[in-house]
Amino acid sequence: VSSAPRAAVPAAELSAPSARRRRRTRAESLRAVLPPYLLLLPTIAVLVGVLAWPMYWLGRISFERYGLRELIAHRGTWTGLDNYRHMLGSAEFWRIVGRTVVFTAVNVGLTMILATLIALLLVRMGSIMRLVLSVGLIWVWATPQIVSIAIWQWMVDFEFGVLNWTLTQLHLGDFIHHNWFDNPVEGFAVITAVVVWGAIPFVAITVYAALSQVPQELVEAAEIDGATPWKVFWRVTYPLLKPIFIILTSLSIIWDFQVLQQVWVMLEFRPSTEYFLIAVYSFVESFRVSQYGLGAAIAVVMVFLMLIVSFFYVREMVRVSEID
Amino acid sequence: LSTVAAYFDLRNRRKRQRLVANAIGLAVFAIMVFPTYWMVNTAFKPGRDILTLTPKFFPSPWTLANFDEAVHRDYFWSNVKNSVIVVSVVVVASLVIGFLAALAIARFSFYGRRAFIAVIIGVQMIPSAALIIPLYILFARAGQVDHLSGVIIAYLTFVLPFTVWTLRGFVMGIPRELEEAAMVDGATRMGAFIRILVPLIAPGLVATSIFAFVQAWNEFIFAYVLLSSQEHQTLTVWLATFTTLRGTDWGPLMAAATLTSLPVVVFFALVQRRVAFGLTAGAVRG
Repeated sequence: VSSAPRAAVPAAELSAPSARRRRRTRAESLRAVLPPYLLLLPTIAVLVGVLAWPMYWLGRISFERYGLRELIAHRGTWTGLDNYRHMLGSAEFWRIVGRTVVFTAVNVGLTMILATLIALLLVRMGSIMRLVLSVGLIWVWATPQIVSIAIWQWMVDFEFGVLNWTLTQLHLGDFIHHNWFDNPVEGFAVITAVVVWGAIPFVAITVYAALSQVPQELVEAAEIDGATPWKVFWRVTYPLLKPIFIILTSLSIIWDFQVLQQVWVMLEFRPSTEYFLIAVYSFVESFRVSQYGLGAAIAVVMVFLMLIVSFFYVREMVRVSEID
Repeated sequence: LSTVAAYFDLRNRRKRQRLVANAIGLAVFAIMVFPTYWMVNTAFKPGRDILTLTPKFFPSPWTLANFDEAVHRDYFWSNVKNSVIVVSVVVVASLVIGFLAALAIARFSFYGRRAFIAVIIGVQMIPSAALIIPLYILFARAGQVDHLSGVIIAYLTFVLPFTVWTLRGFVMGIPRELEEAAMVDGATRMGAFIRILVPLIAPGLVATSIFAFVQAWNEFIFAYVLLSSQEHQTLTVWLATFTTLRGTDWGPLMAAATLTSLPVVVFFALVQRRVAFGLTAGAVRG
């Protein structure tokens, strides 16, 4: 629109060319700057609506008494820090936090170690066996969580479960009619098995993909120099893979810290208090006891703890994505 | 000479290593796959072979009776339909909206780009146990509890950020020069996107939508809380409440579990290679 008449600019206007140019550049730069924001607009609008707005409400409800009556009346009663005081003052809460931390540490540790071992195995295997194992891993990976819970429930069934039979056959003790959920430690062992079994494929395949990018010359040079496999891993492989390990470990922590449905469904929608993890606790307070305010306060604590871990994950992700 | 000897020694060691690795790999395969095998095995066994004190490791004789019973159970088909509706709406909406954002962060440099990327990655970490409380209360206020629309909105919370991030990877995989060449030839920027980028990215769109499908199909907690009546529930809720309806019927339950995971396994196998690394994209470069 503006480029054609430029030649015909009257001499009088030449005295104020800079203002004109500035105006044009501003319009042009607006045209250059605007498109990315326009493209982002729908996503930002949706995320504000479905995430930011609910998260604001989560915070707000955590300062309110919000029970069944409030749910029907559609408004809570402001009670300040009451929910937090109640929560932080109860021994139950701290027991649950401690239990969740231990549970997370065990699950993340097992997942990372077993998956890394499987990845190291994949690198060393022949191509046919590698394909077989990869297909197996992907099959497990693709199994929906709800399905895997049902499978494990059936495998550890006290009467006809295959696990009790196998353990008895292996002479590891008398497991006939052994109920795994009588003792919470054993019950959590089963839940850990479900979680770790489901988490291994993603971690193993990701680590394997990273391992196959490690230059073989480096590994071979170290081996010819007489380094043990242990040393090769820690001195050569691990430093190269450190970003991926940070990412996978923080992802695993985030996932395992908020375990809810494995406990909830595994224990048939009524877990006893010994089985409460922090997410289960928040869920029960909200949707069983209808103390939404207290449930929200617990959830707020959970989100803040997650934020700390997420920080490392997000930072590492942004850093590696900047490479592209 | 000693280096040559060391080299041959290494080659021998490699060969031996591979044999050992194959053997251990087979054992790992057996252990990892066993639970899913056990599901399929049980699903095909007749009832009298399921409830045995000594388990039967092969389904012989085999039967389809469990599948027959599972699909004829109350609400199976209506819940399949609900799952399909929810998942398709979520996937299509996320794909359309998310593609635009992916384009922005992959092709433009602008103020706030890093922050937006951090948000997209970060919000995927919000625990669903935390999100479900305000969602439930807000939907109760809006009268959207027990409506599929509520679940659809809830699913956008995790499918949309995932879609944006995964599509960004696909957009970046297509050389910018192709679009620039089109623009040199007189195409507008939008024209270049539509004529050049969209056809090239089609496989990525398919892969992303399948992966988004899998995520939404597998979701349980949101649907379990937000959908209260049985005819409105999705397939995962139907499966999870299978046991409590009338005791545990392991044969039909395992048949139902097989049916629930079937579309996921098939789709997943198709796209796993392309999308698997979305969560860690870029980091694999070492």
